[in-house]
Amino acid sequence: MDGIHDQGGRPGNAPIDTDSGAAAALDPRWHAAVFASINALFASGVAANTDYFRHAIERIDPDCYLEHGYYGRWLGAAETMLVEAGVISTAEIDARARERGASSADRVAARPGTRPEGLTPGDAGSAQRTLAAAPRYAIGERVRTARDAQPGHTRLPAYARDAVGTVIAWHDGWVFPDSHAHGRGEDPQHLYTIAFERSALWPDSEAGPGDTVCLDLFEPYLCPEPDAP
Amino acid sequence: MTHDPDQEQDQQDDHAAEPAIRAEALESLLIEKGILDPAAVDEVIERYNERVGPMNGAQLVARAWVDEDFRALLLRDGTEAVNRFEFRGGQVDKLVVVENTPAVHNVVVCTLCSCYPWAVLGLPPKWYKDPAYRSRVVREPRAVLREFGTRLDDDVSVRVWDSSAEIRYMVLPERPPAWADLSEEQLASRVTRDSMIGVEVLA
Repeated sequence: MDGIHDQGGRPGNAPIDTDSGAAAALDPRWHAAVFASINALFASGVAANTDYFRHAIERIDPDCYLEHGYYGRWLGAAETMLVEAGVISTAEIDARARERGASSADRVAARPGTRPEGLTPGDAGSAQRTLAAAPRYAIGERVRTARDAQPGHTRLPAYARDAVGTVIAWHDGWVFPDSHAHGRGEDPQHLYTIAFERSALWPDSEAGPGDTVCLDLFEPYLCPEPDAP
Repeated sequence: MTHDPDQEQDQQDDHAAEPAIRAEALESLLIEKGILDPAAVDEVIERYNERVGPMNGAQLVARAWVDEDFRALLLRDGTEAVNRFEFRGGQVDKLVVVENTPAVHNVVVCTLCSCYPWAVLGLPPKWYKDPAYRSRVVREPRAVLREFGTRLDDDVSVRVWDSSAEIRYMVLPERPPAWADLSEEQLASRVTRDSMIGVEVLA
């Protein structure tokens, strides 16, 4: 899905706030409140799996995505998932927030839709799945990535679409986020690391000899690419 | 239009208050519904502010610098290397450790969300999760590194690892020559989080 979450290569962004990480901590307290709430939603099955959670983040209000920070994004996803599960209503949260001093003009990040049918809380452990089928691509093989944006959750960033790269690693089978986020089961797929020349992704970007960008991509994102003549 | 810095600050503070109030409103509702344990908030603060952090990754790096067999294991199977340390409070599906050399410098990002090797580095710094870092480091890594005060020679290749699946990446930095005589413990105390993300070169 195209969206504000897909940040890789977007032009025009500000300098890095390099001082903002000196002491990474859950501070202010509401960051920890959101963190604990998300943990509780996973434990209760409201957050059925990580892929559904990530897709809930991707669907929040785009301005809030940029301005409410990391835990603000998690809050938007928590509310989205709770409303979609029918556990809490938006009106209920609105009322409680107003009791605590929120304004009706405050922007709310959550954009609840419909909870996918077939979404069932699964194994919270590893997402690695050994597959009976052999991997289609070998280390060193050239591949081209898919051209079209998928309508739902996907882990192929826009900047790496319709791009040619080289397989540098194979990682066995893994739960396929594009299916899992939407309640279509684990649908495990082979996972590869693909190295792209940075100059091929962004021909006008800064010079850098041999610079590469490496991405972990699932087999359905890839098709064979003939060797260069 | 006049520009009033005080007013601008007020507006920023208002924006900051929006998710804060709503987060604690949601927390209270989840507690009432029996979904959230009231003690859980303090528990995550204790867990992530005190027990899980970059000291875990620094131990791996220091061991790799003094023990060639461990270094080989760390680079071949990072998950197994981590399991030998039995760090408390974090888990990782699969950890891949990438090695800086005189010819290659590695740097880690997650452009689609903010995936980060929590088990070995703890909480991610704010800048790692911000749009500025996520958008720019794949496209102009050398300019981004310069903003961190890191200048690479022109003949060093930069390899950016965009964590787009469940595999987590950590950088094994180069050991500064001046640290040749330090003990493993001393080395671990000097390895920084930013060097294991790849935005800093140790010196």
